[in-house]
Amino acid sequence: MSGQAQLLPGTLDLLILKAVSLGPLHGYGVLLRIGQISDQALLIEQGALYPALFRLVRQGLLKASWGTSDNNRRAKFYELTSLGRKRLREETDGWNRVAAAMGAALAAQPEEI
Amino acid sequence: MRFLAYFRSLATRFLHRSQIEDDMEEELRSHIQHRADDLERSGLARAEAERRARIEFGGHERFKEESREALGGNFIETLIKDVRFSVRVLRKSRGFTIVAVLTLALAIGANAVVFSVLNALILRPLNVPQPESLYTIEHGSDKSLVLSYPDYLDLRDRSRSFEGLAAYNNGQAGLDTGDNSTRAFVDEVTGNYFDVFGIQPYLGRFFHASDEHGPNSAPYIVLTYAYWHSHFQGDRGVVGRTVHLNKHPFTIIGVAPPGFHGPVVFFGQDFFVPIARQNNLNARGTPSLLMAIGHLKPGVSPGQAIGDLNAIGSWLEKTYPKSDREMKFVLARPSLFGDGAGPGTRAFLTALMLLAALILLAACANLGSLFAARAADRSREVALRLALGASRSRILRGLFTEALLISLMGGAAGLWGSVALLDGLSMWQPVPKYPIHLSVNADANVYAVALLLTLASGFLFGAVPVRQVLCTDPYQIVKSGSRTTGGRRLTVRDLLLVVQIAICALLVTSSMVAVRGMMRSLHSNFGFEPQNAMLINTDLNMAGYRGDEVPAMQKRMIDGMQTIPGVTSVGLIDLPPLASAGDTNPSPVFTGETTDLRPANAAAISATYSISPEYFRAAGTSLLAGRSFSWHDDKKAPRVAVINKELARKIFGSVTNATGRYYKMQDGTRVQVVGVVENGKYGEITEDPRPAMFLPILQSPSSGTTLVVRSNRDPRQLAVAMRAKLRDLDTGLPPYIETWSKGMDPVLFASRMATISLGVLGIMGAMLAVTGIFGMSAYSVSKRLKELGIRIALGAQRNEVLQAALGRALQLLAWGSVAGLILGILASRVLASIVYTATPRDPLVLAGVVVAMAFVGLVATWIPAQRALSLDPLTLLREE
Repeated sequence: MSGQAQLLPGTLDLLILKAVSLGPLHGYGVLLRIGQISDQALLIEQGALYPALFRLVRQGLLKASWGTSDNNRRAKFYELTSLGRKRLREETDGWNRVAAAMGAALAAQPEEI
Repeated sequence: MRFLAYFRSLATRFLHRSQIEDDMEEELRSHIQHRADDLERSGLARAEAERRARIEFGGHERFKEESREALGGNFIETLIKDVRFSVRVLRKSRGFTIVAVLTLALAIGANAVVFSVLNALILRPLNVPQPESLYTIEHGSDKSLVLSYPDYLDLRDRSRSFEGLAAYNNGQAGLDTGDNSTRAFVDEVTGNYFDVFGIQPYLGRFFHASDEHGPNSAPYIVLTYAYWHSHFQGDRGVVGRTVHLNKHPFTIIGVAPPGFHGPVVFFGQDFFVPIARQNNLNARGTPSLLMAIGHLKPGVSPGQAIGDLNAIGSWLEKTYPKSDREMKFVLARPSLFGDGAGPGTRAFLTALMLLAALILLAACANLGSLFAARAADRSREVALRLALGASRSRILRGLFTEALLISLMGGAAGLWGSVALLDGLSMWQPVPKYPIHLSVNADANVYAVALLLTLASGFLFGAVPVRQVLCTDPYQIVKSGSRTTGGRRLTVRDLLLVVQIAICALLVTSSMVAVRGMMRSLHSNFGFEPQNAMLINTDLNMAGYRGDEVPAMQKRMIDGMQTIPGVTSVGLIDLPPLASAGDTNPSPVFTGETTDLRPANAAAISATYSISPEYFRAAGTSLLAGRSFSWHDDKKAPRVAVINKELARKIFGSVTNATGRYYKMQDGTRVQVVGVVENGKYGEITEDPRPAMFLPILQSPSSGTTLVVRSNRDPRQLAVAMRAKLRDLDTGLPPYIETWSKGMDPVLFASRMATISLGVLGIMGAMLAVTGIFGMSAYSVSKRLKELGIRIALGAQRNEVLQAALGRALQLLAWGSVAGLILGILASRVLASIVYTATPRDPLVLAGVVVAMAFVGLVATWIPAQRALSLDPLTLLREE
């Protein structure tokens, strides 16, 4: 398990948005892309991806269409909607703020108080 | 259970066919294939790669489920789950489900039936163009609709308020289509009849005003659609066919459109013929028309039209003072036969609808308390679910699903039953002598109302336990086992039960009042003895007899009947009393000294009958003074009459000095009173004593002929013998033979219907009370099993146990019954106007209600009482 991190609740949606923002992907592709961009640090249970994908589609952040994959198989491709792009920006900002604050908090030394 | 299976298969089919579902399945499959491709590339065999991919994917079904939820299409999904769960719960408590469904089926069925009748008689507009401007002309004085033909002509030609004024009379005729002669109901209508209604023939043509050329012209028949279907098999070739009506040739010229049966909703005639071809229409003052109808002109208000009619009326009074009295008119709706029957029918049906609604309300109260009891029993389950994180709305949703499921099943069953009942009712001919036909088949309105009531009641009784669930404190219940509320407080459930019992007692009271009144009116003194008497009704004009042939034939008929073995006496009367509501041929009579014979000076308005000498003996009317007639009281003899006690009192002051004295008729004839008979009922069973006079048939001839045949023989055998005898006399006579008791059906019809419907509602009310009290006491016993067990273990006596277990239920029963009884007594005033001698101040009725309610209580608490008494404290204490 070394080198792998547990996903925080709520971060899966953000990761999916990020992955898809780099180019339209099918479900399995999303998994590969997340592994790739996180240097295989973040692993997602395969089946758990789909409820999240459907939720994002229902919220209007992603749109889906059937197409053909590189393996020459039928697959459903997801891409960001303009609403999704906006949400990705906001969430990224929010995440960065939280991460910075967390980093600062955790780095605090006794003498700084 | 077939319904459930059907529902389940529908649900699964829905899921499998779903586009989204296929889509999802394919996407997940595609994912696994892609993963397998990768694994294959890393050196695995294809089969192994696919297996590995599937394992890596994880719980296929679980993710699908989560995905479905994420997709948000879960309303139906949850609904189906709720329904499935409810079905399982209801199946587990089968007894409860059956009782609940039956209760609702009865209540909803009753509502559907009553509403259909209300709908057919009152709500549904007449099946003609612009029914809202259609009116009938009604006499202001006695609310009758009848008119003489000449008066009708004057009203038609002089009034400026109507688009056109049509009129008709109904009767019966022998129709001979070639193979056999059948009695049929015929409407004799004016030539403009169909044009006034503004309808088009379904087949062929109608006759019009231009076809009328006086007596014996226009021998045309227009069939109603229904008769054409039933008697001519819908043969389109009937137009142009010649048939014989009362032995005269007529040509069928057309068929009326489906659903058209004249202006009165509860009449269903067989065909129409022009009235103008009759040759005895010209007597002013003889009411030869049943009613006149017409559309008001656009812009003319009913008030203006009444003014217009009354102007013509006063002109008629002035011009024809002898025959036209009190020509004051108002307008009325034709559909329920004017204001004579309309308001009563309307009031009664509205009251019945109200009672039916009360039944449904009682059923809802009943089910509500059952549901509340169940919810209390399941409080542990509810608490557990709440503790495990279920939302209250989800639990309420489950409860409502259960309630709606029950109400839908109940509603479906009730509607099914009521449709069957209504079909029967539509076929039913309550009074064979009249073309009464109620087409009360359920239509879209009825279905809509039934569905609405079903859903409303489902929500109503489903809502009862809501508060209970909302107030559930999971912590308390899981900790302490059950709700610990003091049992003495008056709960909503108790109140519901009292209300329900009160409603049931009200229904029981009113039905008993009605039944008792009905029984009494059947055994009251009519002034004649309907038992052991048969009536033969015929019209000799209809059979082609004219002038002097009529009395000769009547004499032959009497003599013929007398030769039948077992017949004790035979009498003849033109139209027997109580034969049809209100039809008594009233005419004014004057004291012997009156010279100015204006209606205002009349000593009395008397019912008038023409009778044969033996009538009183055959009818069983007792002669108080003087003599009856003999066959010598004919045209050459001085005019004589037998009057009743009331008329004697009105003209001469008393019975004793009436005999031998004279009075005057409308036309000025002096008539000697030769006898006085007892009072009777003439027009209606509810009437007060009223004057009546009987004239010898030879001095006041009538073609209307009713023979009263008194005999102790079996009516059916006698009828056969009578029919044979008549056939010997004239094969073409269309007689109508019935027992006299049956002959009174038309006047008893309303009160009989009222009694039957109230009786049915009363029985339903009692049944509901039984289930209500049963539910309550069974619940209270099961709730307090432990307490009762301890009481028994400590040595409580049987009656003490019963007191503890059922005291409360019986107390509520007593309160409810008293309230219902008082309400019933108040409501019975309404009843008295329909059912003769209906009075709640009758010890038998009061005792009956008390006994009935006590019986209800006994039946309802029997099983719970047995259960309480057979408790074994040992087993009980071991279990708990």
